[in-house]
Amino acid sequence: MIKSYDVIIIGAGSVGVPIAMALSANKVKTLVIDKLPSVGQDNNKKAIGGLRATHSDKSKILVGLRSLEIFSSWYEMYGDDIQWMQNGYSFPAYTEDIALQLKNTMEIQHSYGLDISWITPEDYNELVPGINNNELIGSTYSPKDGSASPLLAINAFYRKSLENGCSYKFKECVHEINIMDGNMITIKTDKGEYTAEKVINAAGSYASEIGRLTGFELPVQPDNHEAGISEPVARFFGPMVVDIRPYRKSANFYFYQNFEGQVVFCLTPDPPILGIDNESTSEFLPLIAKRMTSVYPRLSNLKVRRTWRGQYPMTPDGFPIVGESKDNPNIIAAVGFCGQGVMLGPGIGEILSRLVTGEMSDLDKEILAGFSPYRDFNSSELLK
Amino acid sequence: MNNYEKRIKNHPILEIVPGEYITFYWNKKPLKAKRGEVIASALIANGIDVFNHHHKDGSPQGMFCANGQCAKCAVIANGLPVKSCMIKVSENMIVESIEGLPELPALYDKITIKDIETVTTDILIIGGGPAGLSAAQELAKSDIDGNRLSILIIDDKHELGGKLVLQTHKFFGSQEDSYAGIRGIDIGKKLAEEINNFPNCSVWLNSTALYVFKDKKVGVLVNGIYKLVAPKVILNTAGAREKFLSFLGNSLPGVYGAGAFQTLVNRDLVRPSQRLFIIGGGNVGLIAGYHAIQAGIKVVGLAEALPRCGGYKVHVDKLKRLGVPIYTSHTVLHAGGEETVESITISEIDKNFHPIDGTEKSFRCDTILIAVGLESLNEFTEEAIKAGMQIYSAGDSQEIAEASSAMFNGKIAGAKIAKAMGADVSDIPEDWYAKAQVLKKEPGIISQERQKETYKFNPDHPEIFPVIHCFQEIPCNPCSTVCPFNSIILPGDPIMDLPVFKGKCTGCHQCLLICPGLAITLVDYRQDKEYPTITLPYEVSNYLVAKGNLLRVVDIDGNHLGELPVMDVITNKRSKTQLIKIKAPKDIAQKIVSFRLQQEIDTEPLKEPLAAAKHSDESMVCLCERVTVKEVRELIKKGVTDINQVKAILRLGMGPCGAKTCTNLIKRIFREEGIQEQEITPNTIRPVFVEVPLKHFAGND
Repeated sequence: MIKSYDVIIIGAGSVGVPIAMALSANKVKTLVIDKLPSVGQDNNKKAIGGLRATHSDKSKILVGLRSLEIFSSWYEMYGDDIQWMQNGYSFPAYTEDIALQLKNTMEIQHSYGLDISWITPEDYNELVPGINNNELIGSTYSPKDGSASPLLAINAFYRKSLENGCSYKFKECVHEINIMDGNMITIKTDKGEYTAEKVINAAGSYASEIGRLTGFELPVQPDNHEAGISEPVARFFGPMVVDIRPYRKSANFYFYQNFEGQVVFCLTPDPPILGIDNESTSEFLPLIAKRMTSVYPRLSNLKVRRTWRGQYPMTPDGFPIVGESKDNPNIIAAVGFCGQGVMLGPGIGEILSRLVTGEMSDLDKEILAGFSPYRDFNSSELLK
Repeated sequence: MNNYEKRIKNHPILEIVPGEYITFYWNKKPLKAKRGEVIASALIANGIDVFNHHHKDGSPQGMFCANGQCAKCAVIANGLPVKSCMIKVSENMIVESIEGLPELPALYDKITIKDIETVTTDILIIGGGPAGLSAAQELAKSDIDGNRLSILIIDDKHELGGKLVLQTHKFFGSQEDSYAGIRGIDIGKKLAEEINNFPNCSVWLNSTALYVFKDKKVGVLVNGIYKLVAPKVILNTAGAREKFLSFLGNSLPGVYGAGAFQTLVNRDLVRPSQRLFIIGGGNVGLIAGYHAIQAGIKVVGLAEALPRCGGYKVHVDKLKRLGVPIYTSHTVLHAGGEETVESITISEIDKNFHPIDGTEKSFRCDTILIAVGLESLNEFTEEAIKAGMQIYSAGDSQEIAEASSAMFNGKIAGAKIAKAMGADVSDIPEDWYAKAQVLKKEPGIISQERQKETYKFNPDHPEIFPVIHCFQEIPCNPCSTVCPFNSIILPGDPIMDLPVFKGKCTGCHQCLLICPGLAITLVDYRQDKEYPTITLPYEVSNYLVAKGNLLRVVDIDGNHLGELPVMDVITNKRSKTQLIKIKAPKDIAQKIVSFRLQQEIDTEPLKEPLAAAKHSDESMVCLCERVTVKEVRELIKKGVTDINQVKAILRLGMGPCGAKTCTNLIKRIFREEGIQEQEITPNTIRPVFVEVPLKHFAGND
């Protein structure tokens, strides 16, 4: 007997699990399939945990704001600690060009109600004591942004979805997706066969491959980023620091001190290292160490505990792809989050749940328009 | 109970160099440290065992691995949080305990940012212990078209020799192939000196390999300078890691691994303990017990979970004779104490290793040594394979065995690599492989027959003869090679067989002095036909034995045979083994093996076992992040089989040691819950091998 569901989600990661949570809360019979042994084992656990609404366009800002609400109220709502901390985000500017770019973006951000301001180097030094003030022009500061443990958050969402009656199949690889008569969709894995009315592709780095099984072409290309974490020390600075200057073989890099007191850091290689390759190279540590110790010399004596490599499922313009296939509206994509699946996942989950139940608001529709799979992909997200 | 001399001032084997003392401050109080010693040793030498309290639950923390692998020994030194087992004390150093999370100080010195140097070499040897050094010798001799291979040996310690430098006992194995009969410390020195003779062999000390990266470079922290090494071939001789146990109180200061204990006692000449209890009856635990007695520490007992100790019988016998009770089929339940270890409770276990109610015994002790086995340190091998590099391994990182075996298979690995690299060397002789097999053999069964025969009085005995108290086959033959008259022979296998005496003996004592097991005595009837003179080897000279002393002589199992006066003590400077002469009635002459040092009162259990000593799920699995057995078990019961998910939820394995301590303990809980090994997803291992300050990666020292 083939098991039948309302919705099958492919991918138990940063995006798939919150969608499953929202769907199952709306009594939608949901199955999540993942090829890995447990939740969040591909790139969720590689995320450093920064959560922000500080983006450069309406759709992401609004989804970001809603996601922040979900993260920040989680403990009060459900009692499990996901290490939420409202430590804010900052984008310091060390060149006039960057300062101008950031200030221009702030105008858009303000128009959607984002709490963000421009602060002086002196004020920035209060927030990040000892940060390099040389040539520092100023910084953005968005105090309502924050951070949480991606690991604890996804496990909390997972537990919640189980309580709601959601099912999971781990260690199963999707091989075939067939659209049957009467619009039922059959999914064949290496271990079984399932049917559903709708399928949501939340396969992260594997979004294109899964898309292809349904004939829904999705321009998602994973590229590699490297990250690391330090020993824990007493709290000594507040916000996430994002330095968007390019340097040698890197674009931006960013770091913050997490709930445990550990400094977590990540770097975007430039040119991008495409594909999926989780093995660390010898280049990352010297490069990030140079960047971190020059921007924040106080970090010199901080001990690096661990480093790792993960992927950003990138789209051509840096914005996610969320929406129905034109050919078959029962095939839905929630992919290409460009490294922001954790911070956008809960908000997207709610919207997709309403999409499935046909309860989308006008605002939901407006938001999804910004993430349309059929947009021209020519614009570019500044705050990737 | 902290009021005793912590510095070892008298040692039968190790030379005590007086050293220079400097002042440092511990929580504002001035103390004396020996110049050159690490902070942890200086603190313990001053009676300080608690270095910090864990920021998660306030539990006391102290020295644990003595190897820079964990961070239990963290302190603040001159403002910076450091691992005190790795950092040397400096004059007027301000050392403070850590309560809660340490502060990262503001930086006053400017740092200079430099690029990282890449060093090329033909062969990189990770670990300068017995296997690495033996391989290096073999490689250093090899030519490729008239050119010598370039070899780089890195070791994270300040001297070569690996764990040999902690081994004060004489080695087993074969004399011809692995320096049997010589003390480990002396073998270490010898191997290191030989390496210095090869100009094509470079050595980096205080150098820790951090990772083998996918771009075929090895990150190495060299004396605080980060370098990349690009070798053609890697040889992993990094050794082994000690396994740990979960029991109540297992994270108290005073619970050590054998390596840490030997480092304190034999390297730093610091006595962390007055009363030691040992868990584990393999060679490591047995030898550590012997080292403790040599360092003037009472060994209250040794517990082994199996019905028989897994180590060599001669080692077991040595401890029993000195008066150390061995509790087989016993496990540890509880380490008692508030801030440091004050007691231990053990209990008998059934066939399924479950404690048997009512068999609990408690002892007063201040230190518990865990020696429950080793596992190969194979992560560098796995990383190199992933990077597509040529990698070999030898010694404990290939397979856990004795150092004698490590030396021999290191030599084979060296020859293999030379051959594979195209060096002009002959094929590896077949008998090398055979010998390597012998050297790593497990001890055989005990020959009761031979024992009976040895102790039977023979009226036609020779005038003078050695009694060989060696009844278990082990790879060891120095007695047979040292006898000037070839009167001791191994009739079967030249390394494994039991030795027998036949032929001439002049009483030269050579066999007594060389036997690593101290298992040969000499019976001499030449002066007195009824009361022969017995010569006993002895190497615990800090328990002084002098002419006229009454000794409680014992048989091989430590059973009392009588009290006899010492006739003479011969001190042999070179071998450091003393020879004690006594006279005994002829009916017991052959049976006397040694004499008892520790008195029964030293080792008696408490009258009543201490309460609250049940084996419990409250014990720690992850010492770094303070995760209990119970928390892990609850997740497993909910169906979690991916250790990465356990890690995500509980942070287990995310601490400074990088899951080096807990991995085995988690697997054990899965086993207890009936989950098969193949159902479990292992945790992912990532760079870096030990924590390193960020500035080093930026090119600063």
